[in-house]
Amino acid sequence: MKKLITAIVMAMCITIGAVGLSSCSNGGESTSDIVVPTGLTGTVTADGSSALLPLAQAAADLLKDANPNISITVNGGGSGTGIKDVAAGKVDIGNSDLFAEEKTDAVTAATLVDHKVCIVVMAPIVNPEVTVASLTTAQLIQIFTGAVTNWKDVGGSDMNIVLCTRPSSSGTRALFTKYALNGNSETAGAFESDNSGELLTKVKETKGAIGYMALSYLTDLSKAGVKKVKLNGVDASNENAYSGTYSVWGYEHMYTKGEATGLAKDFIEFMQGTEFGKKIEELGYGVSSKLTNTAINSHK
Amino acid sequence: MKRKFERARAENAVMTSVLYVFGISALILLIILCGYIIIKGFISFEPEFLSFNRHGIGNQFFNTVYLVFLSLVISAPLGIAAGIYLAEYSKDNAVNRAIRICVETLSSLPSIVVGLFGSLVFIEYTHSHWNLMAGALAVSILNLPLIATTTEDAFKALPQAYKKGSMCLGATHWQTVYKVMLPACMPRIITGIILAAGRGFGEAAALLFTAGMSTDINWGQWNITSKLCPLNPFRPGETLSLYIWVLRSESINPKASEIADFSGAVLILLVLLFSVSARLLNHYLDKKSGMTK
Amino acid sequence: MKDKTKFNSAANNSQGGFLNEGLWKIIITAIGIAVIGLTLAIAVFLAVKGSATFYKFHHSVFEFLFSSDWNPQDTEAGGGNVGALIFICGSLITCFLALALVTPFSLSVALFMTEISPRLGKRLIQPAVEMFVGIPSIIYGWVGYTVLCKWIKTVFPDKAPTGMSVLAGSIVLAVMIFPTITTVAADAIRSVPSEYRKAAYALGSTRWQVLSSVVIPSAKQGLLTGIILGLSRAFGETLAVAFVIGRVRAFPTSILSPTYNMTAIIAGEMGDTMNGGEKNSALWTMALLLFIISMFFIIVIHRIGKGKKNEKKI
Repeated sequence: MKKLITAIVMAMCITIGAVGLSSCSNGGESTSDIVVPTGLTGTVTADGSSALLPLAQAAADLLKDANPNISITVNGGGSGTGIKDVAAGKVDIGNSDLFAEEKTDAVTAATLVDHKVCIVVMAPIVNPEVTVASLTTAQLIQIFTGAVTNWKDVGGSDMNIVLCTRPSSSGTRALFTKYALNGNSETAGAFESDNSGELLTKVKETKGAIGYMALSYLTDLSKAGVKKVKLNGVDASNENAYSGTYSVWGYEHMYTKGEATGLAKDFIEFMQGTEFGKKIEELGYGVSSKLTNTAINSHK
Repeated sequence: MKRKFERARAENAVMTSVLYVFGISALILLIILCGYIIIKGFISFEPEFLSFNRHGIGNQFFNTVYLVFLSLVISAPLGIAAGIYLAEYSKDNAVNRAIRICVETLSSLPSIVVGLFGSLVFIEYTHSHWNLMAGALAVSILNLPLIATTTEDAFKALPQAYKKGSMCLGATHWQTVYKVMLPACMPRIITGIILAAGRGFGEAAALLFTAGMSTDINWGQWNITSKLCPLNPFRPGETLSLYIWVLRSESINPKASEIADFSGAVLILLVLLFSVSARLLNHYLDKKSGMTK
Repeated sequence: MKDKTKFNSAANNSQGGFLNEGLWKIIITAIGIAVIGLTLAIAVFLAVKGSATFYKFHHSVFEFLFSSDWNPQDTEAGGGNVGALIFICGSLITCFLALALVTPFSLSVALFMTEISPRLGKRLIQPAVEMFVGIPSIIYGWVGYTVLCKWIKTVFPDKAPTGMSVLAGSIVLAVMIFPTITTVAADAIRSVPSEYRKAAYALGSTRWQVLSSVVIPSAKQGLLTGIILGLSRAFGETLAVAFVIGRVRAFPTSILSPTYNMTAIIAGEMGDTMNGGEKNSALWTMALLLFIISMFFIIVIHRIGKGKKNEKKI
């Protein structure tokens, strides 16, 4: 009897293995117009900002397609997690939307080396059923501090406002608080989502919801299923960020403990290089070289 | 008096039908629940889901089986030994009462507490990254009381004739235990191990901070020291249960919901397979040996 | 001839003895005692990490248990607030509500299995209940999120826009602890001596009167044990509840509002915290509280069991 059961389980495993291996051969999509370095070896683990996650994952996929012997794992968890984990040595690269000094104490921050990869722009997003298309900063602050609780008070229909936000370790949240809410802290009664992806789903599925999202998740608005809201009449876009008219953005940092070495160094260099730069805007991020002086000065 | 009697009869009829409704609905609830999960999982199935890369659950399935296997390798001998101790070698003194209380405590610990302990001892104090071995050890802590209790019950249910017969032929206590009683109890112990495996498959909270939430393995890599090798127990890897949690929160993948449904279906099938086999095994053994509980 | 040699070697083994007998006895005993070591280690680690909130960051136990101001700083310097009342309330409300929902149901199913229809009970219902135990808790959470929350969302679109609420959490917990309570209750009911039932029938009771006035009161201790076991499992449940409770840091204003509970915040935020920081310590203190609560339940169960033994003696 025991043999029969063992046999059944083994048969199941082998079947699944066979099907899996056969479908394994069709790999992922490969954009053939980018030159990817080959001959790399090693392993790299990274975690942190979920806003940077799609970009890091795309770069990792490209590198792995060209170099089958390497391992690059990128996770989310929020900018605070990224900085904490890289400082503790748990991961090789910590992704963050904020400068390390803003997330941890000076001593720890001094051990980390910053690599700016790109910029990311944040937009306020609302559930498709919400009719409001533009909000002033004052209105946004009122909504997120809980002073206003119904959409009809800001020019919409009679619908309860459902606040969706990120936990306090999130870089997206910190950037939004700093540049969109002018430093006012959010009320405590909001739904917290661990990662940007989850927040997006929340806002999409909840009537009357409002949240904030990195543009990297909004490249295809119809698929994303949410609506962007203009801030003071200005649309959240890379161009407006470059020119300085839209201020809710931040640099994407990849921190390493000490100088980057080995595959981590290759990975970061690839992401900062011109080849991958072609992909950055395609994925919804901004290129830091296109920033005008006005924009750079506002984000010192 | 007659009215009282009639009222009692009416009450009886009503309550009996209520009990019937509840009883049958428990059965129906189970069927609907399992049926829904399995059907929903297979409706949105795409062959890609079975693949062993980032788009499918093949890797997670392998991690699940491998992790449970590792944890059984650790907890089965220890659990059986502890069970043998409790059944055969312990007298009724304070130390042994303490051991029994500890076994009970371990079995009712919330799994997240065990996971936290595991992350503290197996990850932080050893300065390692997330790995399967730490997860297996955490799951072993959860399985140990189950296997120990099963072993102890099996030993206690054995007819005295086994032990006495062996001892009178001149065997020592340990020889009796090892060569006579243990083989006799083995089928029941194996049932207990299969049940523990079933529990291990569903474990997620204990693995959040020990085994990690990502998997990156290269099926071409068989150098066991490499982080990419599937058989390396010191690499991170999430199990199917944890993967469902990850899919909910990280969800970059547009098909996250369908993959989660499919993972749920596979998980339930796996667990059902194990619990049905344990039950059948028990039934078969009862019939074969004529042993009554 | 052959038998004699076998016998001789067995005797040799038992005489050449230590390696075969004493050594194994020592190993087995060591493992048995190691179990105590493991449990103590868990308790000690939890106590040490959990009490840092009180020693290192100078908060009071009163603040932790009774203040709802949760704002711990994720740094070693501390200075925030660690009022965990919201989470404690969340755990308490969902668990007790789940208990209220499931106890009548469990009891009925147990009665059905044992008294009303024992044949059907043994062959169908009992295996069905045991299958429930096997279903991983994460699946309850996922189904709760995809089915239950959606349903609550459509029925109460204004009060519960996401569907995640105390109600959803309680229902999920109720389904999870249902098999625990049912199996223990069934065992308790079965162990009521048949003389009690026969005596009641002889006096002319209907079956329902026998059950309600004789069987259930006699099985009271076992039933209570089952309920406490279910409660203790509900308290410790982590991911299934985290899926559906909404994770909002506020007191629930109604059964349809979302809230937070102890296990969900540990699972959700422990990963972000800095080791040794105030938030990290506060979460460890919550884990310590969970440990203390589960020990408390074990003691209660033992007390109930002792009471039962004493009663039988009379």
